[in-house]
Amino acid sequence: MVELQKQEYIIEARGLVKKFGFKTALRKVDLFLKKGDCLALFGPNGAGKTTLIQTLCSLMRPTSGEVVIAGFDTRYDREALHKIIGVIAHDTFLYNNLTASENLNFYGRMYHVTRLNEKIKELINLVGLNAYINDQVQTFSRGMQQRLSVARAIIHDPAILFLDEPYTGLDQQGIEDLKQLLMKFRNQGKTIILTSHNLSRGLELCNQAAILNAGVLIYQEDIANIKKDDFKQLYLKLTGEKTWPVQAPLRASSKNSRRSCGKISYPN
Amino acid sequence: MTPKRIIKIPFEIITFLAMLAALYAIFLYAPVEKTMGLVQKIFYIHVPAAFLAFLGFFITFIASILYLYKRDLKWDAAAFCSAEIGVIFCTIVLITGPIWAKPIWNVWWTWDPRLTTTLILWFIYVAYLMLRGVVSEHQRANFSAVFGIIGFVNVPITFLAIRLWRSIHPVLITSRGINISTPMKHTLALTFLAFCLLFFCLLKSRIKLEKMRTDTEMVSALFEDKIHYQTN
Amino acid sequence: MCLFSFLVLIIFSFAFGTGLKSFKGIIPGILWVAFIFSGLLGLSRSFGVERDKGTLPGLLLCPVSPWEIFLAKMIGTLIFTVIMEIFTLLVFTILYNQNFLPFLLPLGLVIFLGTLGFSIIGTIFSAMSSTTRTRDVMLSILVFPISVPVIIAAVKATGLILDGTSIQTVFSWLKILVAFDFVFLLLAYLTFGFIMEE
Repeated sequence: MVELQKQEYIIEARGLVKKFGFKTALRKVDLFLKKGDCLALFGPNGAGKTTLIQTLCSLMRPTSGEVVIAGFDTRYDREALHKIIGVIAHDTFLYNNLTASENLNFYGRMYHVTRLNEKIKELINLVGLNAYINDQVQTFSRGMQQRLSVARAIIHDPAILFLDEPYTGLDQQGIEDLKQLLMKFRNQGKTIILTSHNLSRGLELCNQAAILNAGVLIYQEDIANIKKDDFKQLYLKLTGEKTWPVQAPLRASSKNSRRSCGKISYPN
Repeated sequence: MTPKRIIKIPFEIITFLAMLAALYAIFLYAPVEKTMGLVQKIFYIHVPAAFLAFLGFFITFIASILYLYKRDLKWDAAAFCSAEIGVIFCTIVLITGPIWAKPIWNVWWTWDPRLTTTLILWFIYVAYLMLRGVVSEHQRANFSAVFGIIGFVNVPITFLAIRLWRSIHPVLITSRGINISTPMKHTLALTFLAFCLLFFCLLKSRIKLEKMRTDTEMVSALFEDKIHYQTN
Repeated sequence: MCLFSFLVLIIFSFAFGTGLKSFKGIIPGILWVAFIFSGLLGLSRSFGVERDKGTLPGLLLCPVSPWEIFLAKMIGTLIFTVIMEIFTLLVFTILYNQNFLPFLLPLGLVIFLGTLGFSIIGTIFSAMSSTTRTRDVMLSILVFPISVPVIIAAVKATGLILDGTSIQTVFSWLKILVAFDFVFLLLAYLTFGFIMEE
């Protein structure tokens, strides 16, 4: 039974704690995802979304707890793990003084991508940067850099994607394109975790939704089981409350939502 | 009163008494050296300080390895405190050395392997302390542990290099020998003991201070967290 | 880098004047001061570019170990530093009317080994200092005391070669240089992963 469960999940995070000095960014986060799942991670600013993504994709070492992805521990099997994950973060990880194709060429060679030239052409076409293939990245707008960053992240055809605010800086067309692309990946059975501020965008793509608040995963539910409006209300309540003044009285409901991490029943 | 307390108070007092006894021994018990005169008294401070500087850096080295192995910030704090005290004793060595050398060797400084290595050692650990000051908090422990290890491994290498470098040139000053009489030996042993006690006394209170500092920061961070929690 | 080492050579010629009697004795010193100061410029770029553009995480996400990143960075620094050194030697030959041709092979070997050691130490600390605000100052404060043994060995060996001493004496210094390079490479292998951690 235990063995079966182990194989069932492609991403297993147990008791993740991440401290920066004395500030705690994550408090005992447990996260389990099956292959082909798509998780949308919401939460107010400073909730630890980025920290969680970076810890999951092995860029940060958890203070305690462990992350096992497809059987690889993020602390020890990094090289094997990196071959199967793709990451889009706030930073684009692109070299400003190189052209679009040079950037992709560099990363493609780092991943030992075969038939790289065709792959680059295909990707550049996919993200709609055909006209700028030989332009230096520093001349790109933020949106164009983001598009290229998407191409960089998927150059080695990863099975698992981590997307930290992938829609930032993209125009309507770019958002639509990226959504189509992610849909395609979902249909191919890739596992995706993304964070977003925009509820509807996150929800229309994913089959799982989670809310992270003050480093605690307070909510994780299958999308089929939640009603959108109520979910939105919970989300807005959280983000709204964060800006409340410090002297806000301690209330029963907020106490609940903090203590019962994960166990909270969805209000109908 | 817990047993711990009983031991703790006398430790500082013993150190104090030992230092007093050492002072007495240096200036009243030990005879004045015939050829060097009064200035030879510096020897009783110089030699133990050199030993303790080295001990301090050695503790930093060991604590750095333990930190990287165990990932416990307590070892990082120990490495830091020990390096700080090591730098103090190393500074004492570098100040007393020339004062002693000037009347005896007639120069303030020679590029003798031991002297030069001590100077490099001082530079390394001052750099260590500076590094801690400028790196961001979540990388400080790792960086300084790595530097603490490389810096210490570098010491014997530097010594070897300087010795080989010097050996080809004529060594200007060779008369290092001192006639040590029995009272002098006793005095040296006593100052050694007193300085060792002082070292551990300083190390203990420095670690305690560091722990208090981190505790305070932790409490204030927790307090902020609590507010953060409650408002959510 | 090349321009900087050119300037260092010119400043030395002003500082000492060309009519110095025991000029031969200070050649290795001038050369290595030029090498090290100019090399430091290249070192600060090594990880500086990655931190400036925020590409280091992207590099770490590639399926390579920190040790491979270290080696790649170190070899890159080494190549550029060696090019700078060849240029410096050429300029030195012209400005100071010295002929290095008879010693070219042993001299090249010594310079290469010395630069290798310097690059190894420098790359470790370039990765460290690039995260700090006072990047360049911190780099020199960290690198100089640690690279003392390598510099001593390199300067000494260079001096012996230029004096035309027997190859045996030089060879013992070469062995020492190789040993130092090896020790620092080993240290880098053991510790570099910890520096790359966030």
